Amino acid sequence: MDDLAVLIEPQIPALRRYATALLRQREAADDLVQDTLERAIRAWPQRREGDLRAWLFAILRNRYLEGVRRRRGIEVGPEALMEIAEVGVDPEAAVGARDVLDGIAALPEEQRSVLLLVAVEDMSYAEVAAVLAIPVGTVMSRLSRARGRLRAFLDRAPTIVTGHLRRVK
Amino acid sequence: MTASDPRPVGEDDLHAFVDGRLDPGRRARVEAWLAAHPEAAARVAADREVRERLRARLAPVADEPIPARLRIANLAGSRRMRLPRRWPSAAAAALLLALGGAAGWAGRGAVPGPGAHAEPMTQAAVSAFRTYVVEAAHPVEVRADGSTDLVRWLSARLGRPVTVPDLRAQGFRLMGGRLLPAGDEPAAMLMYDDDRGTRLTLYSRAGPTGGRGVFRYARADDVAAFSWIDAGMSYVVTARTDEARLLRVAEAVDAQVSGKREVAR
Repeated sequence: MDDLAVLIEPQIPALRRYATALLRQREAADDLVQDTLERAIRAWPQRREGDLRAWLFAILRNRYLEGVRRRRGIEVGPEALMEIAEVGVDPEAAVGARDVLDGIAALPEEQRSVLLLVAVEDMSYAEVAAVLAIPVGTVMSRLSRARGRLRAFLDRAPTIVTGHLRRVK
Repeated sequence: MTASDPRPVGEDDLHAFVDGRLDPGRRARVEAWLAAHPEAAARVAADREVRERLRARLAPVADEPIPARLRIANLAGSRRMRLPRRWPSAAAAALLLALGGAAGWAGRGAVPGPGAHAEPMTQAAVSAFRTYVVEAAHPVEVRADGSTDLVRWLSARLGRPVTVPDLRAQGFRLMGGRLLPAGDEPAAMLMYDDDRGTRLTLYSRAGPTGGRGVFRYARADDVAAFSWIDAGMSYVVTARTDEARLLRVAEAVDAQVSGKREVAR
């Protein structure tokens, strides 16, 4: 069990960060991480060799999507989840200064996760493809769409100082 | 350099540029291309800004210390990790303090502070655990075949009724027990095991009179122990397992020994 702690615990800060970005609520995020870790511990004997970080992040994301399904109270396929936009968005947060997390919360989950894993978690495109179980080309196209939407978000943001070269059609 | 370059700059290059994933040669090429394409350069600048803001916004989360409830040791093997509901919250808080305070217990001496009377007993219990769990042929003096004999024998030798808790609900079967020297009075040690061969001991002896202590946790290398006092007896459960599972055992033992006493009254 100590081996497990040595291997997994270094990943916990990043898992919390990803969960927080997905859920916005700290308690809910830690619940998700706890659920993920418990899953990982139980599944450990069946784990194949491979990227531990990608494996843990994949578990977390799958648990998150299952949670979304449960909250909606319906059985939906993965394709229906692609258009999930805001989850756990604090309505008050959108009133004042624009939080960049509001920007990503407005993205479909599939784009949000790609952007978070690439831009915040510093995963390679291949690693993101492994977490999401999609081809690298799909990672790139989702990243493009995510970034395109967020540029628009920044442009609409009243509190952001627009620097040089900021205006884009 | 133009877009009709034999190796044209692609969108993938621009993303990799934003994410700092280009090798120096390719990066220089992309920079040169961006210098000639201000609209694309503006998009790249915006993408970088979003990236930096996201990172800055989320960085504090990853800088925080890991909450205790997410420690692997506090999770392992457990489906639900909650303090038992019937515990008063003060007892729960005391347990958490003990968890924190007992971290340096192994080897180097005693945990300071109140309740240190449990310390030598926990050490004795852990020593007994280490001595007898590795025993293949005679881990116990009296086997559990007829556990009433075991109960009668231990009770007679200790001069007080000994309860043998049923821990099957926690996955442990009774193997048997033995008597151990413990100062003026003997101590009783019961041994249990589970399907995977994990052995667990329950060590008990006459303890400080009166009072009802909280569960105290100690770990010595890979051995974990919970100790507590109740109605003139001291108890220590010890195993090579995680805290969560051991806590459930301690709770079950406590419920059974105190339940028996109330029935006997």
